[in-house]
Amino acid sequence: MIHRQTLTQLAADLRARKVGSVELVRAYLARIEASQPALNAFVSITAEQALAEAEAADRALAAGRGGALAGVPIGHKDLFCTAGVRTTCGSRMLENFISPYDATVVARLKAAGAVMLGKLNMDEFAMGSSNETSHFGPVRNPWNSTLVPGGSSGGSAAAVAARLVPAATATDTGGSIRQPAAFCGVTGIKPTYGRVSRYGMIAFASSLDQGGVIAASAEDAARMLREMAGFDPRDSTSVDVPVPDYLAGLDAPLAGLKIGLLKEFFDQGLDPAYERCVREALAVFTRLGANLREVSLPNIPLSVPVYYVVAPAECSSNLARYDGVRFGHRCLEARDLEDLYKRSRSEGFGAEVKRRIMTGTYVLSAGYYDAYYLKAQRVRRLIAGDFERAFGEVDLLMGPTTPTVAFALGAKTADPITMYLNDIYTISANLAGLPAMSVPCGFAAGLPAGLQIIGPHFAEQRLLNAAHRLQLETDWHLRIPGEYA
Amino acid sequence: MSAWETVIGLEIHAQLATRSKIFSGAATAYGAAPNTQACLVDLGYPGVLPVLNAEAVRMAVRFGLAIGARIAHHSVFARKNYFYPDLPKGYQISQYELPIVAGGAIDIVLEDGSAKRIGVTRAHLEEDAGKSLHEGLGALTGIDLNRAGTPLIEIVSEPQMRSAKEAVAYMKKVHTLVRYLEICDGNMQEGSFRCDANVSVRPVGAEKFGTRAEIKNINSFRYVEKAIQYEVARQIELIESGGKVVQETRLYDPDKGETRSMRSKEEANDYRYFPDPDLLPLELDEAYIESVRAALPELPDAKAERFVAQYGLSAYDAGVLTASRDLADYYEAVARAVPTQPKLAANWVMGELAAALNQDGLEIGSGKLPAERLAGLLVRIADQTISGKIAKEVFEAMWASGHSADAIIEAKGLKQITDTGAIERAIEEVMAKNPAQLADYRAGKDKLFGFFVGQVMKATQGKANPAQLNELLKKKLPG
Repeated sequence: MIHRQTLTQLAADLRARKVGSVELVRAYLARIEASQPALNAFVSITAEQALAEAEAADRALAAGRGGALAGVPIGHKDLFCTAGVRTTCGSRMLENFISPYDATVVARLKAAGAVMLGKLNMDEFAMGSSNETSHFGPVRNPWNSTLVPGGSSGGSAAAVAARLVPAATATDTGGSIRQPAAFCGVTGIKPTYGRVSRYGMIAFASSLDQGGVIAASAEDAARMLREMAGFDPRDSTSVDVPVPDYLAGLDAPLAGLKIGLLKEFFDQGLDPAYERCVREALAVFTRLGANLREVSLPNIPLSVPVYYVVAPAECSSNLARYDGVRFGHRCLEARDLEDLYKRSRSEGFGAEVKRRIMTGTYVLSAGYYDAYYLKAQRVRRLIAGDFERAFGEVDLLMGPTTPTVAFALGAKTADPITMYLNDIYTISANLAGLPAMSVPCGFAAGLPAGLQIIGPHFAEQRLLNAAHRLQLETDWHLRIPGEYA
Repeated sequence: MSAWETVIGLEIHAQLATRSKIFSGAATAYGAAPNTQACLVDLGYPGVLPVLNAEAVRMAVRFGLAIGARIAHHSVFARKNYFYPDLPKGYQISQYELPIVAGGAIDIVLEDGSAKRIGVTRAHLEEDAGKSLHEGLGALTGIDLNRAGTPLIEIVSEPQMRSAKEAVAYMKKVHTLVRYLEICDGNMQEGSFRCDANVSVRPVGAEKFGTRAEIKNINSFRYVEKAIQYEVARQIELIESGGKVVQETRLYDPDKGETRSMRSKEEANDYRYFPDPDLLPLELDEAYIESVRAALPELPDAKAERFVAQYGLSAYDAGVLTASRDLADYYEAVARAVPTQPKLAANWVMGELAAALNQDGLEIGSGKLPAERLAGLLVRIADQTISGKIAKEVFEAMWASGHSADAIIEAKGLKQITDTGAIERAIEEVMAKNPAQLADYRAGKDKLFGFFVGQVMKATQGKANPAQLNELLKKKLPG
């Protein structure tokens, strides 16, 4: 069965001409079509374009040409701008928005030969932890369709978990790659802030947003990231540091690796069954020769409040451009300018987006700026300082990705705070700009649990190495939900 | 009126003369069809990001160094958030708490000739907004985003000006400076150089400032003067009749010659400034700043001082001639060609040439009369080929025909008579023709000397060398 192959195997088979891209694309498109009613992972399916690209890829491969991902089908989270294909950001505001240009990530993957099958569903403007804020309806968890897939990259995680695509792009502002990866039992990596260009990635919170990958394995993620990462002169916050070959160090032995267990992540709130999964994974590292020790990051508990000041502040400004004037939703028959603004935005944005715009507007207001925004930035630096000290002692930090496994649809929609607390373990890496992964580490009550690995800036290779070694010892990442197996 | 003191501070917006915009690669040229010079970044499309134009930074640093200000080693771009259709992103990228330039000064000369130093609080980099278009659109408003993203420096003065005239002198000085530095074309009609004036009044001797009104977007020196004068009178009248000045934004209407309220403080936006997370802080090291300093041109004040020392000009003349770099360069080219007569060169450039340019509505750099052409004329005055009076005639012909001075002198036979014998012969003829006047003169009517000068000049069609003529007449007339 083609869909049980990893991206790594598919890329090799394509190059060896054991399989054709058109054949692959047809197979995956069929799976996508079949899954849509149940999962709703895709907002747009670009079958025609994908088949044309697949044909081109087959021709290139037949001629001995083609990039590292030539002919490999992938999906893009629907906030990466794709020229000629609508980019909705999961919002009514951009329901009919067709970008005139490709995001850098999209262009790079295209240049590597990857074939886009469609655009993946997500929480509106990447604001959410359950994919329930999407204007296009929630995505459902392939392991149990009454459960959420996590968010905001819920479409990406569900699609990879159900093997609708071998890999997908995703973004992570406060856990939006890692949390859904954990909920869906797949591998996700959020690189160092600045490692992957944000150009063409529709902004939620600019200082936290980072593009990354959700794939079936660390090796597959490395293969994708190798093509996506690198300096982009169009993104002033992208960093001009050479991209190592993420595939080269995957097998490196872990003997002597110093792993810090994040004490605060094992405190109250962590589901005991989930914790057992995490501990079992940690035991694998011990067997592989790594040294484990507990590490405390005292300011970590402040991550959620800091995040919910900084992220809304930036979002309130980033989303000001959706005013109904140049693109996006425009209300009908505006009486005057103010009416145009008010109704276009009221109609175009959903409740969670509005909540964050209002929170952000408030914390930036005259008289409140110092108390909220400035203070949050100060605490943010303290949190980054905690990590810096920790990485003076250990090579990697590990802990659970989420406090619990996937929850039921609707379970947390009434109380935003409960929903926000789902990101309690993931947010700090964004605040500090650090690379972080979620790797499948077992099942608690039949549902996937995720091990989170956090590293120092630009240590993606070390993260991928540890995750890959774990995946050589375990097969959690190879489990596919029954209906999609 | 005399019991009130006026307090004025100016915020000057100067568009930087970069080829591309401050955060995008789109062209900045003026006058293109609407929305043809706005790229996706200028339009604020989803997903796009700003990238700072290094040339805009260099220009701001040039300005800072020219006014003796501190150049920040670390400055920060901030977002100024407000909704307006010509502001595509819903925020303007500007600098707020940490501007690139802080603490400089501009020296101005007051009407009585005394000097005054006006402090410049800060100058920061920011992007211009687009324009709303109303003409020919009926009830609709059009948006032209060609200007969106054009780099500006906003130059904020201390509230140290005390009259509309001082404000104009300051604005003119800044205008001169930015053009010297070649960082702004200074075109006020196209809006490349414009200002907001903060105006208040207070009783003479009071320490506390009065409540100010901000007059927005004034784009001519004359309007600045008139708007301030109107506003000052309005505020005084208001206070004297028992009213209170409210803090507000006002617009100057040049047709009616008055200022009108735009919005009050209560309606003012809360701009919610915060550092732009899409741009890193701007870090400039000393080596960079020094490299910009090394490339600075001679500045107007230094040039004026040099003109006084080198050419023996008055401070006033030196000031006039250094008002623009083109004018100063022109003058120097002329002065170099007539090295013995720098003052003559100054008089001609400020006099005949300025009048002719003014009459034809031309700029000094128009090329209508190149410096070497004017120098060619002055050389002929200096070597006494022609008199100053004839020179004016030659100048007019040069202006009209574009021919050289020598060609005109030759063609018209205007060469001055310096041959003593020829002048003597002319004098003798005049004396012979006017025996009565000669007798009167010799009887003591000294005033008739002028009559003889005139007659000889008439006889020589004005070509007799005046100095020689005087001397010879003095010898001959007494008999």
